[in-house]
Amino acid sequence: MGTKEMRAAYADTLVELAATNPDIVVLEADLMRATGTGVFQKAHPDRLFNAGVAEANMVGIASGLSATGKIPFASTFACFASRRVFDQFFLSANYARLNVKLVGTDPGVTAAYNGGTHMPFEDLGLMRTIPGLTIIEPSDPVSCAAFTRLAAETYGCFYLRLPRKAAPCLYAAEEKFRIGKAKTLRKGKDLCFVALGSLMVGSALAAAETLAAEGIQASVLDVLSLKPLDAEAVLGEAESTGRIISAENHQIAGGLGSAVAEILAESGIRCKFKRVGIRDEFGQVGTQDWLAAHYGLTAADLVRTAKALS
Amino acid sequence: MTETRAGELRAIAREIRKLTIDEIGYLGVGHIGGAMSVVELLTLLYHEHMDTDAKNPRKKDRDWLVLSKGHAGPTLYATLALKGFFPLEWLHTLNTGGTKLPSHCDRNLTPGVDMTTGSLGQGFSAAVGVALGLRMDGSGKTVYAVIGDGESDEGQVWEAAMFAGNGGLANLIAFTDYNKQQLDGFTKDIQNLDSLEEKWKAFGWFVQRVDGHDFAAMDAAILAAKKQGAKGKDAKPSMIILDTIKGKGCDFAEGLVSNHNMSFGMDQANAAIAALDAAALDAAAPGAAAAKER
Repeated sequence: MGTKEMRAAYADTLVELAATNPDIVVLEADLMRATGTGVFQKAHPDRLFNAGVAEANMVGIASGLSATGKIPFASTFACFASRRVFDQFFLSANYARLNVKLVGTDPGVTAAYNGGTHMPFEDLGLMRTIPGLTIIEPSDPVSCAAFTRLAAETYGCFYLRLPRKAAPCLYAAEEKFRIGKAKTLRKGKDLCFVALGSLMVGSALAAAETLAAEGIQASVLDVLSLKPLDAEAVLGEAESTGRIISAENHQIAGGLGSAVAEILAESGIRCKFKRVGIRDEFGQVGTQDWLAAHYGLTAADLVRTAKALS
Repeated sequence: MTETRAGELRAIAREIRKLTIDEIGYLGVGHIGGAMSVVELLTLLYHEHMDTDAKNPRKKDRDWLVLSKGHAGPTLYATLALKGFFPLEWLHTLNTGGTKLPSHCDRNLTPGVDMTTGSLGQGFSAAVGVALGLRMDGSGKTVYAVIGDGESDEGQVWEAAMFAGNGGLANLIAFTDYNKQQLDGFTKDIQNLDSLEEKWKAFGWFVQRVDGHDFAAMDAAILAAKKQGAKGKDAKPSMIILDTIKGKGCDFAEGLVSNHNMSFGMDQANAAIAALDAAALDAAAPGAAAAKER
């Protein structure tokens, strides 16, 4: 099914939406070349606003725009979208019940050469505490485009966590997605990888393949929607396999691992459980592959974790 | 503005000031200082300049007010109640559980409040966003934004100032309530704002400075701001710096250094309200209040 840049899936979808919806506007904070919304600027020059290196103001302006009925998509690196403008996004957008779509690019180790200063391992933990916020991390270009569209069509604040780079398409173009619904990419009876984002879903699929060769049948659940989380799908896997491994390109505290632990602990279902993710460390520079290996996010790490849990 | 009209507005401002003192006094604590310094401004905006509809607060084609110094909410509530946006009785619910009148402005709770504010600096960015949205829609309406002088310490104010100045957002008329005091003391001692006019000019704004308790002067400044805003591609956003007095007209608060947030009860409130009435009588007919006392 090919590959496509995630940022192109995002930006192309916005161009398409804006062609029929005059309320779609895009805000950037001097990272348009990174986010790839230059195509939007070209198509709709009067609807792209560059705030300059002023993320707080960008989120405030997005909030004001949405109060007048516009549907603003504001993007910056995920480290700035979360740590730097948490209060602005929390109050001006979410607390005010406005309609702001905040896009954080380069999450976790995908920040690679930008290093520890730009490497958010905690953005999901921060965002999960905001009441009513929808948090989406697409796993491929198809889901990226679909959730960009859903975000535009659904009133309320969204946080979209997007790596910029090319990713393989896991879904057919016509696949339907829903907020709060995970997708089962692979069904197995022995354990389930509950994975978030293209990097970790990729690791989980590869790990499942390796395990299958050794007679261990693993499910792979593509979370997509961290909040609301598809508790039914997670608990279904917990019941049928008895072994859950969460996998995230993020701290194991506060993000997917915590969210899964919370619903498992409260469910009363007997289940073995392990979280894979960054274990209380800061980021650093390196290639994405080196960083993924360093922090234990690879398929090999998932295979090892699965065997230890058996 | 005629002197007769200014006199009418002074009378309305006195009502709003009294209602605000009563509103906070009934609760027993509140941001009296910064609430008093914006009374004349809000009176002028709602009774002379803004196109609003108390029966349809969210009507599409309206002027907007973003009170970015959200802690002056009680004055806005008194202003809106007097305009008929909601019953005057609501004023005694300020900050009580389940109220529609929280200490800081909330667009989802209070009819007529256009933006949720309170974390300083944020409302100003939102006001810029609203002005941008209205301009995109080709609306001829105006966004009025009010920031505090202490609030002007926030970097976000200047991010928004740069954006609006560069964008020529001429449908935005902002005011700085320059009462020279912030929570911890005088602004000159905490963070000096001197050359405030030059700062705003440097950010590309049309800047005026007037007495924020003088209706005729403020009215003339708003009219000049609108005239300037109609200049087409050269038009700029407007900043009107208002020289004001923190605690203005509330006898026990005015002149105090620590009047940002005060505890006071109805005895003090009623005395302050009586003093305002006496001063009004005295202004109408010198000696009348004293004669009435006797």
